[in-house]
Amino acid sequence: MIDKRIASMREAIAGIKSGDAVMIGGFGSSGIPFELIEALRLHGADNLTVISNNAGSHEIGIATLLRDRLVSKVVCSYPRSQGSIWFERMFEEGAIELELMPQGTFAERMRAAGAGLGGFFTPTGYGTKLADGKETREIDGVGYVLEYPLKAEFALIKAHKGDKWGNLAYNTAGRNFNPVMAMAAETTVAEVEHIVELGELDPESVATPGIFVDRIVAQEGLV
Amino acid sequence: MTRLEPPQMAERLAQDIPDGSYVNLGIGMPVMVANYVPEGREVIYHSENGILGVGPTPEPGTEDPDLINAAKQYVTLINGGCYFDTADSFAMMRGGHLDIAVLGGFQVSADGNLANWATDNEKYPPAVGGAMDLSVGAKTVYVLMRHTTKDGQPKILDACTYPLTGTRVVSRIYTDLAVIEITPEGPRVIELFGDNSFDDVQAVTGTRLLAPQT
Repeated sequence: MIDKRIASMREAIAGIKSGDAVMIGGFGSSGIPFELIEALRLHGADNLTVISNNAGSHEIGIATLLRDRLVSKVVCSYPRSQGSIWFERMFEEGAIELELMPQGTFAERMRAAGAGLGGFFTPTGYGTKLADGKETREIDGVGYVLEYPLKAEFALIKAHKGDKWGNLAYNTAGRNFNPVMAMAAETTVAEVEHIVELGELDPESVATPGIFVDRIVAQEGLV
Repeated sequence: MTRLEPPQMAERLAQDIPDGSYVNLGIGMPVMVANYVPEGREVIYHSENGILGVGPTPEPGTEDPDLINAAKQYVTLINGGCYFDTADSFAMMRGGHLDIAVLGGFQVSADGNLANWATDNEKYPPAVGGAMDLSVGAKTVYVLMRHTTKDGQPKILDACTYPLTGTRVVSRIYTDLAVIEITPEGPRVIELFGDNSFDDVQAVTGTRLLAPQT
């Protein structure tokens, strides 16, 4: 029997240890697993590496992990946004390490990790300071930068609906980074608004096949 | 000197978006371009977070919290629009599938290098987002920016002094004074706004411009 359903947010994030790398889905406020993040904040692990496109804003989501000093490194493409006060404060203090990369490289590095690739050559960033120290190659007259896969111990993602096998369907643009993160982590935990019966999701609407998902948990109204 | 305001700058650039284009508009002034594309042209707007067919701002009360654009503002989806994940979205950008990207700029060099993602202020955290992927991947890159900085320093230069976003990527620069095309011979003024003379524009440019061809 395959049943990936977990009863609570607290149990859903069990096993995350201090020092782990944790991917967190979402773009801005879209497609963010807010309840899993809140459970992670209360969980007790610190010295985390957070891999997410943005570094949180205001007093919600990833910003609360930074505020509570649980994060030592952020891997992202766009840490600065309106209200990203906690990231900016810690960056200025030198209290947080930043690994910055172009957004397409960020997504593709996770896709590569999930797809079993050892790396890829991208034209993005060639000739810029984000390619400093990286291997480059000219292919058919175009300059490329070698980028390696990006992995993590856990991915916390958000979908609209899912079933007990972990198949996921998203709401509008809430898909964003969630599918590639689901592929790239050792353990993927999906927060969904609704858990539905097997067969209820239109197979054509499944954007993340359940094989990439280890645990699925329904929102509890925590946040 | 005639200096266009940002809406007029966006309106001028919008005239050069052809019917049937797939277009990505950068954060800031570039998003205003969508307001001025002439009636009757069908243009499909791409948003890096996974949307083709971005529509106008929703009516108050009808916002979908997941449906936002790259600037994190609420948007809608037009009929025929669709959603996809970030990896596919950047495949569209990097893979040469978008016809036009309109980007803001800090500086552009004579040979079309673009600097628009970081200044030299080390205290200020850098953020790059999709700018590099767009600059390298779109078939045509238009830069929409003021001709000079707030304190009058030129932004079109022999070489950029800020960190580069992409090398030899810019096709045209639409400023508040003129339209400048990057050609193999160098940057050529192709349109002067109002009563601006070539010499007026050259005087506030940090590289040698080529005069309009008559």
